[in-house]
Amino acid sequence: MAAASSLRATPLNSIHRALGAKLVDFGGWEMPVQYSGIIEEHQTVRRAVGLFDVSHMGEIEIRGAEAGQLTDFVATNHARKLKIGQAHYSGLLYSHGGFVDDILVHKVAEDHYFLCVNASNQEKDFDHIRELNRFEAQVELSSERYVQLAIQGPKGPAVLQKLTSVDLSSIRYYWFADGTVAGTPARIAHTGYTGEDGFEIYIAPEEAERIWNEVLAAGAEFGIKPCGLGARNTLRLEAGMALYGHEIDASISPLEAGLDWIVKFDKGDFVGRDALVRLRASGVKRQLLGFEMCGRGIARDGYEVYVDRVAAGWVTSGSPSPTLNKNIGLCYLPVDRAAAGVAIQIMIRNQPVDAVTVETPFYKRAK
Amino acid sequence: MYSEQFRYTKEHEWVRMDGDIGTIGITDHAQQELGDIVYVDLPKVGTKITQGATAGSVESVKAVSDIYAPVSGEVTEINPILTDAPEKLNQDPHGEAWLMKVKLSAPSEVAKLLSAAEYQKYIEAEK
Repeated sequence: MAAASSLRATPLNSIHRALGAKLVDFGGWEMPVQYSGIIEEHQTVRRAVGLFDVSHMGEIEIRGAEAGQLTDFVATNHARKLKIGQAHYSGLLYSHGGFVDDILVHKVAEDHYFLCVNASNQEKDFDHIRELNRFEAQVELSSERYVQLAIQGPKGPAVLQKLTSVDLSSIRYYWFADGTVAGTPARIAHTGYTGEDGFEIYIAPEEAERIWNEVLAAGAEFGIKPCGLGARNTLRLEAGMALYGHEIDASISPLEAGLDWIVKFDKGDFVGRDALVRLRASGVKRQLLGFEMCGRGIARDGYEVYVDRVAAGWVTSGSPSPTLNKNIGLCYLPVDRAAAGVAIQIMIRNQPVDAVTVETPFYKRAK
Repeated sequence: MYSEQFRYTKEHEWVRMDGDIGTIGITDHAQQELGDIVYVDLPKVGTKITQGATAGSVESVKAVSDIYAPVSGEVTEINPILTDAPEKLNQDPHGEAWLMKVKLSAPSEVAKLLSAAEYQKYIEAEK
């Protein structure tokens, strides 16, 4: 199908086409869903290293004397507790406690926080933060200035180390450093969305094609492959990581999504705090659980979940797991049934298929 | 790629006639669009299928997709290899990985299907 001209494209779009990627509309962005095949790309990241263009992700920067106060007011985690050069996962909430977005917060300086946000939420996030800004702080949507590449897999650090003088072994998990990659300024973050070791780098769009090719060349000896959003999804699902629009959205609070750990009630006021305090006192009604299919079939987003023959919840993500060779998924269930080992049925095209709830993550890398 | 011995549908199935038995499959274009196929759901032998109606499904890692019957009739055989090796559909969709055989109830329906040239033109236009 011809790409509708309304789709947004990353600066690497023509590279993806040249590599024979299958391009799809991903939340308004024309993105590669796969190159060689989702399963092969998935295995490549688990066993070696994969390169992802994730430039559709947005960047929002908060600067100023009260940048920390604003960040802490709009996001659930305790941003001011970060050290310079440290990052964490956090949530932007509405006052009713549901998610505006889930984000990564990087503390660049006492007066500078760098947020990585979801592609299709970036304008919404930017407006949301700006509206709440009654601090001495400036908010900038700076996505156009960055291309984000993810180099993920056990060989990821070795590949990137060939291209930078920054000692990557000195960057701990969820820390970052500003340096250069193949001669171009880069923010090098020890983060990822695959459950595997690796880095995410932020570079100037003008350098994107060259750096992409340099990373592929540096990774050739390790069997690097370009990987699409299809593998990114199966990888993050195995790692039990939430995806906005699936596990979390405006109707879901972090307490239900198993993300209590990103909510810091003791840091002072923040948007959504009152709602979460009330919810915590009354108790959540539903919780996110992992499951594995026992019968034949693959659960997909939105399928109903039955417990004791009664409709009780819904599937948020479901897929074959290339690593486990099982069909897995995440679902919301009533809190009284929210434990591992509960027999459930997933309605797959009007047929109940047996499944069982399990602990997450489904996959954890050996350290 | 697209044999003149087969007839095709706009939903990307093919049928190959042998007397009043039609062998049904999905096209190479379909398997490419789907990506890694991990599960094939086929009707049981003896099921009556109707041209244009759902006659099973194919699932890839990414999505599930219906199979539409290219012809009407009764299923006489399903391909046993697809149960354990659905990935064969990615490798040989026009050969080893046929889906099912059907005894046609209305053989004249075949004439309404696309020829190889017409199908090829159709998928070119879709791109």
